[in-house]
Amino acid sequence: MALIGRALLILALLVIVYGIATSLYGARTGRAEWVASGRRSVYTLAGLMVGAFAILEIAFLRSDFAFNVVANTSSTTTPTFYKLAAPWSSQQGSLLLWVLLLSLWSSLILFLTRHRVREIAPYATAVLLGFAGFFASLAVFYANPFATSANPPPQGAGLDPLLLHPSMMIHPPMLYSGYTLLTVPFAFAVGALITGRLGNEWLMIVRRFALAAWLFLGIGILLGARWSYTELGWGGYWAWDPVENAALMPWLCATAFIHSIMIQEKRGMLKIWNASLVLASATLAILGTFLVRSGILDSIHAFGASTLGVPFVVLIGVMVISSIGLVIWRRPQLQSEAQLDSLLSREAIFLLQNLVLVAMVFVIFWITFFPLISEALTGTKVSVGPPAFRPFIVPLALVLVLLSGIGPLIAWRRVTASNLRRNFTFPVLVGVATCATLLLASDANARPFALIMFSLGAFVIASVVQELWRGTSARRATTHDPLPIAFGGLIRRNRRRYGGYIVHAGLAVLLIGVAGSSSFQHSNNVTLAPGQRATVDGYAISYVRPTAQASAAKVTFGAVLSVSKGGRHVTTLTTARSFYPAPDDPTLGPISDAFNGQADSQVGLQAGLTRDIWTVVNPDLTPLQGLITDGDRKFLQLMTSLTPAQASSPTVVNWVRDERAQAITELTDRFVTHPWPVSFLLIVSPLVTWIWLGAIIIAGGGLIALWPVPAVARRRAASRSASRRPTAPAVPARETA
Amino acid sequence: MLAFLVVLAILVVVVLVVTGPLRHAAATAAQRAPNWTGEDRAAPGSERAAVAELEAARAAKYREIRDAELDHRTGKLSDEDYEAVDHVLRAEAVEILRALDRVGGGEDSGT
Repeated sequence: MALIGRALLILALLVIVYGIATSLYGARTGRAEWVASGRRSVYTLAGLMVGAFAILEIAFLRSDFAFNVVANTSSTTTPTFYKLAAPWSSQQGSLLLWVLLLSLWSSLILFLTRHRVREIAPYATAVLLGFAGFFASLAVFYANPFATSANPPPQGAGLDPLLLHPSMMIHPPMLYSGYTLLTVPFAFAVGALITGRLGNEWLMIVRRFALAAWLFLGIGILLGARWSYTELGWGGYWAWDPVENAALMPWLCATAFIHSIMIQEKRGMLKIWNASLVLASATLAILGTFLVRSGILDSIHAFGASTLGVPFVVLIGVMVISSIGLVIWRRPQLQSEAQLDSLLSREAIFLLQNLVLVAMVFVIFWITFFPLISEALTGTKVSVGPPAFRPFIVPLALVLVLLSGIGPLIAWRRVTASNLRRNFTFPVLVGVATCATLLLASDANARPFALIMFSLGAFVIASVVQELWRGTSARRATTHDPLPIAFGGLIRRNRRRYGGYIVHAGLAVLLIGVAGSSSFQHSNNVTLAPGQRATVDGYAISYVRPTAQASAAKVTFGAVLSVSKGGRHVTTLTTARSFYPAPDDPTLGPISDAFNGQADSQVGLQAGLTRDIWTVVNPDLTPLQGLITDGDRKFLQLMTSLTPAQASSPTVVNWVRDERAQAITELTDRFVTHPWPVSFLLIVSPLVTWIWLGAIIIAGGGLIALWPVPAVARRRAASRSASRRPTAPAVPARETA
Repeated sequence: MLAFLVVLAILVVVVLVVTGPLRHAAATAAQRAPNWTGEDRAAPGSERAAVAELEAARAAKYREIRDAELDHRTGKLSDEDYEAVDHVLRAEAVEILRALDRVGGGEDSGT
């Protein structure tokens, strides 16, 4: 099977080379059959990659440790659910996933455009295949997922325990889908710039793919945040880690693009800006992939140091230079066709919002890479953490939220003072009332940035609610439908507009959650013995009893805690920390290897709409150390005393294994029978749930905006326009609400 | 040996699939007149692209007209502003339609 997998990869590389050559030849000569052959290469590539990835998945499911990647990242005790996800926990498997997703998305866009943008498409095909060729080459020559061992181990090393989380099943494919989808607008932008076909057609084609990239990337980022919050045991969801930032930057860039593209569509403006944003988004996506794979910056999410850095630097260099070169070359054709009619118009707000988003990207880029820049200039790698980001990102985020509330309230092209009053009165009153209420009834005035964010968030939500209400009312005035039907009809007929508004409301909810949880979090790092208690933000948290469990896969030390407030029981939390065996560590004895491998935490969490109570136990195993050392000595003595015949006897081997398991169980049980004080991190965080709710609202709004208009509606619109054609401009009918 | 045969079979399928359009074009050309040079090479590519661009512009303009109307109905545009904006948008739509007529792309494909 490994041989077939490797052959499929090499075949894929040959198909890529062929596809690039035929696409470029077809583009240069205008011969459709060569273009079609190039397009078929992409479909074929997708088929080959599906086959190759299926072989790898089967190897994982069968625990075929002859595959090095399976032996290194899976084991027979890895749950089947996680065996399916294990391929992308390794450098090799994730490269294969990259090419697979890229080939599938490329096939989709090329199939959808097979009768359109005929001049641009072959160049886009060549660019997409170029990306696929780069990653396939890495998989073939640098990190082969089908490398095998002649003497496979009887057991694999197992999946990193930190990755044993449901989010990890979905998080990487979401991020990779986002990254690979961003190459689609990039490829078509390059095609449009090469051919000089810089009108609206290519933009309308790639818009949906840019939106899908934005959606997938956003979901991936939020799943990563959720994983961090519930798995990593530090109590936070965002650490401004380089790899987190690497995903955020293209997402911010894509956010700017999917807004500014509307200005080009409607007004023929910002062509250079849009082309630059498209090219920058994909370049940042590749930069993010580079950060994960090169190990150049320290990150918990990275695959560690590797030899892949240089090829990535070359690719990024080629992308940057060719992008700048193409934009400069086509600058005369990228001039705006119109000017801003008014600074008080939706396009002006979009422009300002774009500047804020790009400023955020610049700040994040600069601070993320500052350690490398400082090392290059001074020879010393300066560490920067979250405090370096906040002074810049917080004010920019406040402006962004404000603009996301203003945008839906004003029209394209122009507004008048009376309309401004009419549209802003309710949302502004809601924002002011929120601010006043929080000032009077809470300690929010101690955190001015959070107070402003709450007020602006309320303003945004009110503006979206008002827009939905007015739109529904306008539709009801025409159709006389009941309210829910009119509301559904409004959304269905204006998916892009109202999907976007819902995203704005979701963003406001999410950022309210971020502001609340980061500004008003209370935490306490305490050491408690059973029966003792500590207080955090008015919650009395008692350490009720310890728990312990030992198995062949891990040993777990846990705790049950009771939470009360004002004498009333609130909840019971259970938390634990598990230690996984480290059989390959030669410095550890047969007992100590059970307690000194990798570890992960099970968080005790009581989530609520207003606050989360979060805890994690960090058991100190020092009291067991003497017994563990003693056990190591006794077992080593036992094993050295065995004759070769006894050592190879299955009965003796099983007896030793059972004795060892018994010893480990007894040692683990001492955590319960002879409990000692252990440390806990106790956190009470307000509004964290709002972050996840906001994310769900954003995803829902994004899906609404992304959902294609039904063919029936398109045909109806077409026939309506056609029927008006002979006597008047083909103007849409006036019942669009 | 089996793996080799499987790879060989996949290779044959791959070659047949990717070269399909070339073989089809060659066969079609052989059946036609010897001086035929292919539909797409004979077709006026730049004109076709211009039509596609104008159709995309028309679709965008239709959307803009509808958006303005929705802005008006939801109170974001006053009656006077709406009349002015709508007038400009319709004039721009007429220009696009006339340009479409000029390049022969009169068939309306809707929005």
